[in-house]
Amino acid sequence: MSGTFRGIWVIAYRELLRFVRERTRIASSLLMPIIFMVVFSEGLKRQIGSLAVGVDFVKFMYPGIVAMSVSINAIFSGLSVVWDREIGFLKEVLVSPLSRSGVVLGKALGAAVIALFQSLVMLAIAPLFGVPVTLEIVLKLIPIVFVLSLSLAGFGLLIGSRMRSQQSFQLLVQMVVFPLTFLAGVFFPVNNVPRWMEIVSKLNPLTYGVDAIRRIFLAGEVPRLPLGSSHPIIGVIVFGHTTTTLEDVALVGALGAVLLIGAIFSFNRQV
Amino acid sequence: MTKEVVDEQRNDPMREKSARGSGGPVIAATRLARNFGRTKAVKDVSFAVEEGEVFGFLGPNGAGKTTTISMLCTLLKPSAGQASVAGHDVVGGRPEVRRSIGLVFQDPTLDEYLTATQNLRFHAYAYGVPRRTRDKRIRELLTLMELWDRRNSSVREYSGGMKRRLEIARGLLHHPHILFLDEPTLGLDPQTRHRIWKYVLDLRRREGLTIFLTTHYMDEAENCDRIAIIDQGEIVAVDRPDVLKNSLGGDLVTLRTENSAAALEEISNRYGLTGSVEDDTVAFSVPRADEFLPELLRTFPLRVLAAGVRRPTLDDVFLALTGHSIRDDRANNNERLRRYLGTPGMRMQIH
Repeated sequence: MSGTFRGIWVIAYRELLRFVRERTRIASSLLMPIIFMVVFSEGLKRQIGSLAVGVDFVKFMYPGIVAMSVSINAIFSGLSVVWDREIGFLKEVLVSPLSRSGVVLGKALGAAVIALFQSLVMLAIAPLFGVPVTLEIVLKLIPIVFVLSLSLAGFGLLIGSRMRSQQSFQLLVQMVVFPLTFLAGVFFPVNNVPRWMEIVSKLNPLTYGVDAIRRIFLAGEVPRLPLGSSHPIIGVIVFGHTTTTLEDVALVGALGAVLLIGAIFSFNRQV
Repeated sequence: MTKEVVDEQRNDPMREKSARGSGGPVIAATRLARNFGRTKAVKDVSFAVEEGEVFGFLGPNGAGKTTTISMLCTLLKPSAGQASVAGHDVVGGRPEVRRSIGLVFQDPTLDEYLTATQNLRFHAYAYGVPRRTRDKRIRELLTLMELWDRRNSSVREYSGGMKRRLEIARGLLHHPHILFLDEPTLGLDPQTRHRIWKYVLDLRRREGLTIFLTTHYMDEAENCDRIAIIDQGEIVAVDRPDVLKNSLGGDLVTLRTENSAAALEEISNRYGLTGSVEDDTVAFSVPRADEFLPELLRTFPLRVLAAGVRRPTLDDVFLALTGHSIRDDRANNNERLRRYLGTPGMRMQIH
């Protein structure tokens, strides 16, 4: 067991060390969401206007962008496994007494901390786009971002443990990530779209992550709803039931646990 | 299937006891085998390494050296047979084996984006080196490897020889009982190779290490207390390098004459020696070639165009045992090509 705990922190420590030493990675992880924000908000703000009373398009989309960039970065953390394999460093890790589960969880933890950092920076600049941020939002957001990024890191690590080259990882992940993020209610509410798109979106686990984060941001703007009633822009309606924040997070977390266990198994198979 | 070619030499009084401890071998392999699909990379290999020994696996590329080392280091599961390292089974006692060995791989395994110190720190954390001794040990090893001044440089700024030295330092950081070196000087220039050997032998003296290494350089194998000659997945001989060389029957004499066949026959009739012919040159072994050759030349009926004498090398031993030369570079080139082609993406990404 001590091997697992040591594995978690040693591996997470290195992930963070790598992140800090690579300035381009820091810059790109922050730049992408900002570009998205500027382009979409400036481009669409006037055309779209309010989606609900007091909620304009930017206020609606900003939490979605936070969720999306956290997710993408977490998934791409799986790339570090492929990278380590290519530079040979994975051998150093695999022959050490660290347990495999510690290695996987450490990579996920490192990714989660990086995602957290990224979302905090995005919160800090949110007022520039006219999105109000309170301390309450920040505090509530931290655990949600943490669960979301751990879960998606599990997905990335599962793929990364199977891939031999960075190119194939990137191709495969991009193929998955684009539909995943575009059909997750980042840019439009999932409750009011054509039937097929609604079904796909509601099967997409990322939708619930986006919704959880959006609920935190919009909690002050949208009046509290009676349970079970629907709202056009927040909550995911599944079989007539509108999910709560807790349900959203629990669903993402449960899926993440399955993915992380899968990644550990996959890692264990490579002696 | 271990063929002991030098049985009569085994009782050589000069043969010193290499074991320092008395607790039996630190590495023991019994009928170890590994298949990759239908390819038998290692077949039925048995050997034992005593504590404090420098034990070498000598053989051409593709002989099964890396496969054997990978099995001993718990990175590959044996297909058959068993092995113990530092008293623990390599399958059942994996964590214990991992803790007691240091490993320097053939291919680099450093994180080039981190500094030397950061790479070593990571290793120290991973192996649970106590905080009290960690920094002292890092300093000691970096100083020994003459890398202390460059400790805060990114590893990607290091030369090939510096990287290898850093890897050796890293392999020793957690005070392992046994250091495994897979082709420790592959691709390095002769001066660097020499220096690395100086460090390795130095370390053995200072830390009482057992060292297991693989190599296809014969001069490198000379540094070992004992070597196992391995070819096509099988050990063909295990002994001290000098014993192996003496087993060939002394010095090697080469003669180029106007008629090789006649010369061969003449030598056989007169001295009862058997030789071989290669490229118009007759070659055979005699115990004291420096005295033998003048005698032969005085009375030899054929015209001798060229004559030579040399001490046998391990390559000669290898040739005598396997029928082909270790320097047969076909495997070498393939290996190099494979590595080169295998990692184009990586090189492009690093720079």
